Amino acid sequence: MKIVLDNLTKRFPNRNRKIGGEVTAVDHFNVEIPDGELVGLLGPSGCGKSTVLNMICGLEKPTEGRVFFGEEDVTDLSPENRGVGMVFQSYALYPHMTVRENIRFPLENRKGKDRLSKEEMEEKVMEAAKLVQIDQLMDRKPAEMSGGQQQRVAIARALVKRPGVLLLDEPLSNLDARLRLATREEIRRIQTETGITTVFVTHDQEEAMSISDHIILMKEGVRHQVGKPQDVYDDPVNLFVAQFLGTPAINVFQGEVKNEELFIGKDRVLDVPGAGDGDVFVGIRPEGAALQADGPFALKLDHVEVLGRDTIVVASHPSFQGENVRLIIPSEQREEVSDTPRFVLKPRGVHLFDAKTQERIRYGKGNR
Amino acid sequence: MERETDKMKRADLKPFLYLLPAFVFLGIFMVYPLFDVLIYSLEEGYNSASQTFHGVGLYNYRYVLRDPYFLSALQNTFILVIITVPVSTGLSLLISLGLNSIQKFRDFLQTVFFLPYVTNTLAVGLVFMILFKKTPYSDGFVNLIIQFFGGRSVDFIEGPYWAKMTVICLYTIWIVMPFKILILTSALASVDPMLYKAAQIDGTSRLRMFFRITLPMISPMIFYLIITGFIGAFKAYSDVVAIFGVNLNAAGMNTIVGYIYDMLYGDSGGYPSFASAAALILFVIVLTITVINLMVSRRNSSSLKGGSYE
Repeated sequence: MKIVLDNLTKRFPNRNRKIGGEVTAVDHFNVEIPDGELVGLLGPSGCGKSTVLNMICGLEKPTEGRVFFGEEDVTDLSPENRGVGMVFQSYALYPHMTVRENIRFPLENRKGKDRLSKEEMEEKVMEAAKLVQIDQLMDRKPAEMSGGQQQRVAIARALVKRPGVLLLDEPLSNLDARLRLATREEIRRIQTETGITTVFVTHDQEEAMSISDHIILMKEGVRHQVGKPQDVYDDPVNLFVAQFLGTPAINVFQGEVKNEELFIGKDRVLDVPGAGDGDVFVGIRPEGAALQADGPFALKLDHVEVLGRDTIVVASHPSFQGENVRLIIPSEQREEVSDTPRFVLKPRGVHLFDAKTQERIRYGKGNR
Repeated sequence: MERETDKMKRADLKPFLYLLPAFVFLGIFMVYPLFDVLIYSLEEGYNSASQTFHGVGLYNYRYVLRDPYFLSALQNTFILVIITVPVSTGLSLLISLGLNSIQKFRDFLQTVFFLPYVTNTLAVGLVFMILFKKTPYSDGFVNLIIQFFGGRSVDFIEGPYWAKMTVICLYTIWIVMPFKILILTSALASVDPMLYKAAQIDGTSRLRMFFRITLPMISPMIFYLIITGFIGAFKAYSDVVAIFGVNLNAAGMNTIVGYIYDMLYGDSGGYPSFASAAALILFVIVLTITVINLMVSRRNSSSLKGGSYE
């Protein structure tokens, strides 16, 4: 089912009553989530992404704006009438019920003619359990299961009533690193098999990029960018988006554009045809520079980190915003790294941002 | 090596050393009296002045179980237990649910509901006297209300049995509720609110949420309150004294503990053997009911935690 969020706004009364007033958690949020897609809602902690999710499922009422499922306006519907399944960060499994009872619980709520017979319920429960591969553990209690298994139960419970929309709140944050990789592929597989429109919330960009069809980036309640993960990575609209995506993070320098030439410090590092004069932030992706003995951009080496296939040059530069510059070079070039390594910049991995608005400044052909 | 094992032995003994003072006091004030009571209860025709007795046997038990005063005390105690424990626990649960669902004045109301707990039993008894007692000047507050609605006034303190029972049950419920409310509100607050959100999304009615989620989650605490409630109600004495005075047999409102006290020190006092026999009968009753309660709650809590892995 297609989900449309139209000018969605949520304001909470300020928690500190002395200050009073309101806090805007979500600010005129517009987005359209196509039918059958897996979409990652991505942003730093406290940016309002969980609030957006709660408004989609109906646990929160929006202050302004509408929520549409397909063509239907569901803004005023209560959660149970929206046909959504939700997986909570803490899973929220009922600790006193077995796996079977947990998954069956949503079905037992139905009344009247919607109520299924015992056999039908059991069939649906087993179907959901098989989908998430926990059909061997039906009589266990949540406390007797690992975090990963508990989450599968939570997903099965959300899917058993065949919702039109599946919502996952930080689905991987309670799992250890190894399980996280496996589980995110699992979520992708389940979503592909069922074709249910799925929105998941995360603060982990890697998680979002790796499995989403589309990602939505938000910060302080405002939508910043929507797009396919690779497109958003390659073509960020502002400094926040550029900094939020990618590990190691993008390297941000203070720079200046003069006569379509980019300066960092005193070095003239790149031609930037089409960019206007003025102060800028220069974002250089770790893979956006190549080691070259006579390159225009000089750094002061701190140390190198060996990753096997690649090597990371950790260096410093007076104009750098932050601790250490990190640039990735192929490992065979490691011997060539001197105390003052020099680089040439590749336009595809170098983004300019206005020093005041932090909006992207586009230039030349290589950078679109 | 030798030293190390020595050290380990000493470390093994250490906890017992810490427990020793408690063991000593428990021994003097619990274990010894328990056996002493048992011995007293078996000594027939014990004379406290000469400290002599005729023989050993079950005569004391036979006497106590045939004593009409004991039988009325037994009846009173059972009625008190059967009425006050379920009513006070149920009411406390309702009040706790109410407290848990309101936002405004919650702390204030919580304090109000807890106040009777820190109020002296006898002081509360005094207030109940004002409410219920007939004096030459007034029929008591409750009777004024009854009269206002056209009823006939009742003597709650010296009148019919059911009226006296009503007063003592109300009094006991009033006294025990604050603690139960305190325990239940904290038990309710400890239920993960996410469970309710999950249930809400799945379209669970409020009633079903209560019976399928809330009640099972707080059931260990409810069982705890029922067990301690039973034990407390079986030991009722001061409450009855606060309302009906020390001459409980005359009022027909004696309890088992009251009977034991009377046998020891009351007007009919000086019979430690009968008192000991009555005390042991009470002990057996409380033990039986506690064991039954524990068995029921075990079964329930094992279903909460889940059994074995296999």
